[in-house]
Amino acid sequence: MEPFTVHVGRAVPLRRTNVDTDQIIPVRFLTRSSIAGYGENLFNDWRDDPDFVLNDPRFTDASILVAGTDFGIGSSRESAVWALTGRGFKAVLSPRFGDIFYGNALSNGLLPVTVDEAATKALWELIERDPSLAVTIDLGAKQVRAASLAVPFEIDSHARWRLMHGLDDVSLTEHHTARIADYESRRRPTMPTTGRRREVS
Amino acid sequence: MTASAGPRTLADKVWDSHVVRQAESEPDLLYIDLHLLHELNTPVSFDLLRESGRTVRRPDLTLGTEDHNTPTKDITKVIEDHAARHQVELMRSNCEQFGIELHRLGDERQGIVHVIAPELGLAQPGMTIVCCDSHTTTQGAFGALAFGIGTSQVAHVLATQTLRMGRMKNMRVTVNGALPAGVSTKDLVLALIHEVGTAGGQGHVIEYCGSAIEGLSMEGRMTVCNMSVEAGARAGMVAPDETTFAYLKGRPHAPTGADWKVELAEWRTFRTDPGAVFDREVVFDASTLSPFVTWGTNPAQSVRLDGVVADPAELDDPAARQAARRALDYMGLAPGTAMRDIGVDAVFIGSCTNGRIEDLRAAAEVLDGRSVADGVEVVLVPGSESVRRQAMDEGLDRVFEKAGIQLRYPGCSMCAAVNEDRLRAGQRAASTNNRNFEGRQGKGSRTHVVSPAVAAASAVAGRLCSPEDLEA
Repeated sequence: MEPFTVHVGRAVPLRRTNVDTDQIIPVRFLTRSSIAGYGENLFNDWRDDPDFVLNDPRFTDASILVAGTDFGIGSSRESAVWALTGRGFKAVLSPRFGDIFYGNALSNGLLPVTVDEAATKALWELIERDPSLAVTIDLGAKQVRAASLAVPFEIDSHARWRLMHGLDDVSLTEHHTARIADYESRRRPTMPTTGRRREVS
Repeated sequence: MTASAGPRTLADKVWDSHVVRQAESEPDLLYIDLHLLHELNTPVSFDLLRESGRTVRRPDLTLGTEDHNTPTKDITKVIEDHAARHQVELMRSNCEQFGIELHRLGDERQGIVHVIAPELGLAQPGMTIVCCDSHTTTQGAFGALAFGIGTSQVAHVLATQTLRMGRMKNMRVTVNGALPAGVSTKDLVLALIHEVGTAGGQGHVIEYCGSAIEGLSMEGRMTVCNMSVEAGARAGMVAPDETTFAYLKGRPHAPTGADWKVELAEWRTFRTDPGAVFDREVVFDASTLSPFVTWGTNPAQSVRLDGVVADPAELDDPAARQAARRALDYMGLAPGTAMRDIGVDAVFIGSCTNGRIEDLRAAAEVLDGRSVADGVEVVLVPGSESVRRQAMDEGLDRVFEKAGIQLRYPGCSMCAAVNEDRLRAGQRAASTNNRNFEGRQGKGSRTHVVSPAVAAASAVAGRLCSPEDLEA
């Protein structure tokens, strides 16, 4: 995973709340069996609408998505994150995220930035006024900056450290393999296993 | 956060008993007892595993099934969609390579992942259960901590049998009273989501308790826990009791003999201690409930079947107002329309929410001696092969057939709409699934989430209604 420290890019305002993962990537595109290519179908069905903000040429090279509250609710599909990263997005801002989406974003180095509704609105207005405005996401300083606006954000300190070093979870966990083996030695042998033990009655 | 010495919640007890490692300012390393896989979201997990030269740590705690892409009309037919067929093939080769038990299409144990694990007796009290599927919450009905994860986390569990996770907050939903006749657990959970909103449980595990929950069957508890994620919760749970133990006894993976006694004693410890503190409390009265249905494009945009489509102008919050306007535009509905005046083109009965035998019985009770209205297409899909066979043993297939409905083969079908079972653009359905998101049942589809009884009655009348309306 690429380390994330500071990102400077253009932002796109998505003035919608409750953006569920079925909208980010409709299910019929989930039969893809690799990470690559999902970006082609980001917000596929909303893009039918010529007025949809991602069809606006002024925002085509945006790398920061500023969305309304409850972004990424619903299905666990990690392809919702791959669709965003596949289109070049590095960060998503919203007052609140779906829990599974939030974790999936962190797994892929897409920074989910929780900012309050007032800051979201202020950002929308700024970037609508000037779509070429440079927006800075500073993970080290835990701050979003745009023009004269500076908005602090909170993120779990461990998640932040991991992102800034581009570390993946499995490698971190493998340092504790002995602890896992020890836990396993203490598990009750009467707990279920998945092999076929008895016939279905 | 470390295990507290004071009174603890059910969820905290399950969590504490699975902590492999705990360190200041780090997520806990949590052991996973059961890892379930389906074909849709997992091929990349196995690629990640292979690319890093890793293997599956505990294939004996891992189980695969085929449910999302599988056909429901004729299972002897080759899956037409090339990409979908390829995913099923990858599931088979991946499970074979890593020695993972897989319940394939046509197998007597195949079905929707959240239906088969409970019926096989694999979901047991006090366990941690994960699957790359948000509706894993279903299995919390057994007093397990069961939740959906992403594809990267699947790779993590495959490699280490653990997850790195921050502790979840605790929310308690107490449902007092009892459900009135003609009101189902689906109505209860829809009303609850309406009350707390789609983010009401965000970051929390919900423990459902109170007399109305205690009085529910395991099937009913599973329906409630299933929809926890629609209230934004990480998981939903019900403390195990005699109903839970009676359900588990004799299931293929349930313990037997002396092992049963060992496990039963352990299971009984998984209850919230008196005095345990919850981060959020909601109290609900079941006795005043009536059938509940959605009108919009998120599961909280709902109303009593007796009610009318909401008027966005009456909503105070500007964001909610805008969302409601957009939803009504998508749904093709005018504010103030009586829910009972809304005609349907299709009815879907099935899914991990309502594809169990009790749900099929509820539908059959309404459909017995009646016929589906002209022009209404009904898709009826059992949650598992076992449910399908039981429905036939009980003669439900005959009831459905006389009403003009085929009892299909098991799978996610029109809930996920990734196989060939999809609505066409503009088609409106009464559906026993869990989500009414835009395009959820096919591009341009319009979904009203309802209970099995309301779905069956709507199939007969050709419009949204309850069984009582048919008799009038």
